[in-house]
Amino acid sequence: MKRLLPALLFLGIFFFLPLARILTLGFDSGFILSPGGTFYPRLVSVLGFTFYQALASTLFTLAFGLPLAFLFARYDFPLKPLLRTLTAIPFMLPTVVVAAGFNALLGPRGWLNLLLAEAGLPALDFVGTFGAIITAHVFYNTTIVIRLVGDAWANLDSRLTDSAQALGANPWQTLWNVTLPLLRPSILAASLLVFLFDFTSYGVVLLLGGVKFATLEVEIYIQTVSFLNLPAAAILSVVQLLCTLGLSVLYSRYVTRVTAQIKPSSLPAARRKPKTLAQKTLIVLLSIFCFTFFAAPLASLPLRSVTRLESTPPRVPSNNDSRIIEDSNLQSPITLDYYRELFLNRRGSVFYVPPIQAAVNSLSYAALTVLLSLILGFPAATALVRSGKFARWIDPLIMLPLGASAVTLGLGFIVTFNQAIPFINWYLNTENWTLLTSPYLIPLAHTTIALPFVIRNLQAALATIPERTREAARVLGANPFQVWLNVDFPIVRRAALSAGALAFTVSLGEFGAASLLARPEYPTLPTAIYRFLSQPGALNYGQAMAMATLLMLLTGLGIFAIERLRPRGSDL
Amino acid sequence: MLTLTSITKSYESKPLLKGISFSVAPGEVVCLLGASGSGKSTILRIIAGLEEAESGEVAWEGVSLMGQPTHQRRFGLMFQDYALFPHLSVFENVAFGLKMQKNQPQRTPSALRKKGFLGVLRGLGGLKDSDSRVRECLEMVHLTGFEHRRVTELSGGEQQRVALARALAPNPRLLMLDEPLGALDRALKESLLDELRRILRGAGIPAIYVTHDQQEAFTLADRIILLRDGQITQAGTPAEVFANPADGWVASFLGLGNVIRPGEGSGALNAEGLDIYKTILLRPQAELVADGGTVQGVVADVVFAGEVFRVELQNGWYFYVSESPRVGESVQLRVLRVEYLP
Repeated sequence: MKRLLPALLFLGIFFFLPLARILTLGFDSGFILSPGGTFYPRLVSVLGFTFYQALASTLFTLAFGLPLAFLFARYDFPLKPLLRTLTAIPFMLPTVVVAAGFNALLGPRGWLNLLLAEAGLPALDFVGTFGAIITAHVFYNTTIVIRLVGDAWANLDSRLTDSAQALGANPWQTLWNVTLPLLRPSILAASLLVFLFDFTSYGVVLLLGGVKFATLEVEIYIQTVSFLNLPAAAILSVVQLLCTLGLSVLYSRYVTRVTAQIKPSSLPAARRKPKTLAQKTLIVLLSIFCFTFFAAPLASLPLRSVTRLESTPPRVPSNNDSRIIEDSNLQSPITLDYYRELFLNRRGSVFYVPPIQAAVNSLSYAALTVLLSLILGFPAATALVRSGKFARWIDPLIMLPLGASAVTLGLGFIVTFNQAIPFINWYLNTENWTLLTSPYLIPLAHTTIALPFVIRNLQAALATIPERTREAARVLGANPFQVWLNVDFPIVRRAALSAGALAFTVSLGEFGAASLLARPEYPTLPTAIYRFLSQPGALNYGQAMAMATLLMLLTGLGIFAIERLRPRGSDL
Repeated sequence: MLTLTSITKSYESKPLLKGISFSVAPGEVVCLLGASGSGKSTILRIIAGLEEAESGEVAWEGVSLMGQPTHQRRFGLMFQDYALFPHLSVFENVAFGLKMQKNQPQRTPSALRKKGFLGVLRGLGGLKDSDSRVRECLEMVHLTGFEHRRVTELSGGEQQRVALARALAPNPRLLMLDEPLGALDRALKESLLDELRRILRGAGIPAIYVTHDQQEAFTLADRIILLRDGQITQAGTPAEVFANPADGWVASFLGLGNVIRPGEGSGALNAEGLDIYKTILLRPQAELVADGGTVQGVVADVVFAGEVFRVELQNGWYFYVSESPRVGESVQLRVLRVEYLP
C-alpha cells in the first residue's frame, strides 16, 4: 500500500482538498441565503440553457451519426477506413483547435465569408451563434454514435431482418419495427454519453458562442474571472458536479444493463458492397458530406494561418520593432508573417512576452505533467493490479477526477491555493508567495486530470503480466527492484510511453483549468489562442490561426505516438 | 539437505496443509504425489519462499530459512505453465538467473558485441562463464541453436525445455518441479520423462518433483511421498510403496489392483479363507480356474494387452490372465496375490 500513497496524497491535496473547499465555500457562506438579487434567476436560466443546448446538440449528433453508423456498419466501400479515422480525429483535438478551425472556415474572417465578400454577397453570421455551438458539438461527438451504434449494428443477427422481410416487411418497416428497437440500447447509451459531453462542454461554447451563451461551465468562468464572485462560482460548481454525477450514474447503470443484454450474435450481418444505383448514390453523397464536414475545418485552419486575404494590411499599432512587416510582402497571398510575429514581443500586444513563449510554457507544462503522472502513476497502478479486494475499494477514488470538470478543478485550485503556505514562505523567506502565483499550478492541475488516464493505461498493461512471471524471476534470484527492472518495466515500457504521450496530449490541449489559472505572464497555447481570438485585428487573428495550427500539429504528433505505442495485446 | 518440520497452511480459513514434515537428502529425487488440491504446489511455494507457512519450519543444512526472501534462497522452481519471460529470447531467459547472481547488465552475446572493446573488457570477468553455462544448459535440453528465438514462438515441449534449462542454469541448491509435464500430450510426455530422468540424475542436484501421475512418480523418484488432504499418508522408495501400500486409498490411487472395502466383496469373493470384513487388495495377476477360485463373476470385457489379456468383470474388477475368456461367460479366477490393508 506504500505504492499507492504518493498518488493518493497527490490527489488528496490537488483534487479532494480543492473539491472540499468548493463545497464548503458553496454551502457554508451566507451567500446561499442572500446571494443578491439576480443570482438564482440567473442560475435557473443558465441551468436551463445548459440542458437545452446539450439536448439540441445530442439530437443533431444522432441525426447525423445514425446514417453514418448505418453506412459504416453495413457497407464496404473505398476510402471507408480513411473516413472512419477522419470522424474519430475531432474527439481527440483540443477545443481551441476545433474552435479556431471553425473560425477559419466560417468566422467573420474565415474562408467562406471571404468568398462571399468577393462575390458581393452578404456575410454569413456563424461565430457567436447558437448554431456554431451545435455544429461544433456534432463535429466532436459524432464518432461516439458511429462507434457505439455502428458496432451494435454490425453485430446484429442478419437472420432477424431477413425473416422480417420474409414476413412481408418493406425496408422501412424492417428498419422501424426490427432494427431500431434492437439498436435502442446502444442508441440510448450513445445519446447519454453524447449528452454528458455536451453538458460539460466548455471551450467550444466559450470560443464559438461567446459569453452570451452561458452554460454552467462558462458561467463558472464568468463569475470567477469577471466578477470575482467565488461563492457564486462555487455554488455553480456544486450544481454542475451533481448533474454530472447523476448523468454518469445513469450512464454506467444503463451500460451495465445493456452489456448484459446484448450478446455477440452468432451470425453477424455480412458487410456488402453497394449494388443498386440508389445505394451507390446514397453512399457517395454521405461520404462527400461526411468528408467535407470533418475535413474542412481541419484543413481551413493551417491554410488560413499562411494566407493573407485581407484587403487592408495588418496594422501594428505603435510599432517600435525594427522588423516591420514590409509592404512588398503584401503582394503575395502566401505568408509566414503570422508565424514570424509569434516570436516578437510588441508593446501593446496581448502579452508581455513574445507569443511563442506560450508554446514554450505549454511544452514544459506538458513535460512536467508527463513526468509527474508517470512517477505517481506507475507505483499506484502496480499496487492496484496486485491487491484484489483493496483495489476495488480504492479504485473509484483514484478515478473520481475523471468526473469533475476542468473548470471546477481550476476554481478549486483558486480557492485553495490563494493562501500563503507558511512552511514554503518560511523556506523562501518571503511573505506572500502562494502556489497560485507560481507557474507550477497548471502542471499540477494537468497531472490531476491526466493521472487517472495514466493509471488506467498502466494498470491494463501490468495486468497482462502473470504473477507467475514475477515469481519465476524471484526464484531465479531477482530482488524486488530487479523484478521491476527486468520483468515489469520492459513489458510495460510501450504502455508507459503511450500513457506518457496521452498525458502530454491532454496537458497540451487543456483549456478549462488553464483558462482560470494561467496568468498573463505565463500563457499556455490554448489560453493564448483564446486571447488572440477574442481580440480584434487581423494580426491577432492570424496569430491565433498560426498558434492553433502549431497546437494541432503537436497534438497530432501526440495522437500518433499514442496509437503507435499502444501495446499489442496479442504479444503477451 | 532440506528439512521441513510440521508445516501448516490454510487457504480461505480451511486447513490445506496439516503438519507436513519430510527431508530431501543430497542428490535425492523426491516425488510429491497426490490428487489435485492436496496442497502439493503450496508446499513448493512455501519452500521457495513465495508463500509463508502459518507454523512449522523450512531449514537448509539445519539453518532455518524462515523470513529469508525468495531471491536469496537459491532454489530453482519450474512452474507448471513455465512462466517464461515473454519479452526475452530463449538465451536471455536461460541467462536470467546467472545475470541476477552476478548483477551484470549485459544481455546477449550480440548486445555484448555492440558494446565494443571496452564493454567486452569490462564484462570479461564472469560473463564468459555465464555464456558458456547458458549454452551448456541449452545443450543439455537439446535446444542448441534456439538461442535467439522468441519464447512465444516455441511449442509446448520446447517451452518446457527452456523452463528446465532456465531453472538449472544458475546451479540451484535444490530444484523444484511443479507438474512440469502436466500440460503436454501423452507421447511428448513419455519421451520427455526419460530425458528428465537422465537430466536430474546427471545434474546431481536434489530435486522435488510434484505430480498427480503415479507413472511419472515411479519413473523418476528415489523416494515417493504421498499426500492426501494436507497430510503425508506414506513415504518410501517406489518399490516399498508398491509392495506395501499404507492403506486402501494409497493402493487405489496408485492403481495397484482392486481395492475391496470391508463387506463390499461378498458374492463375488469366495469367502473361504478370506476375512471380507477387512480392506482387501487383489493384485490383478490371476489365472482362470475351473473351480475353487478366489473370485467369480461374469466377463464384461476382454482387452488384448500383449502377453496377457485384461479381463474386466461386470462389477468393475479387472485382472490379467493368459487365456482369453468370452464376453458374457461366467468365470472363476484364482488371484495370485491377496493382501489385507490396514
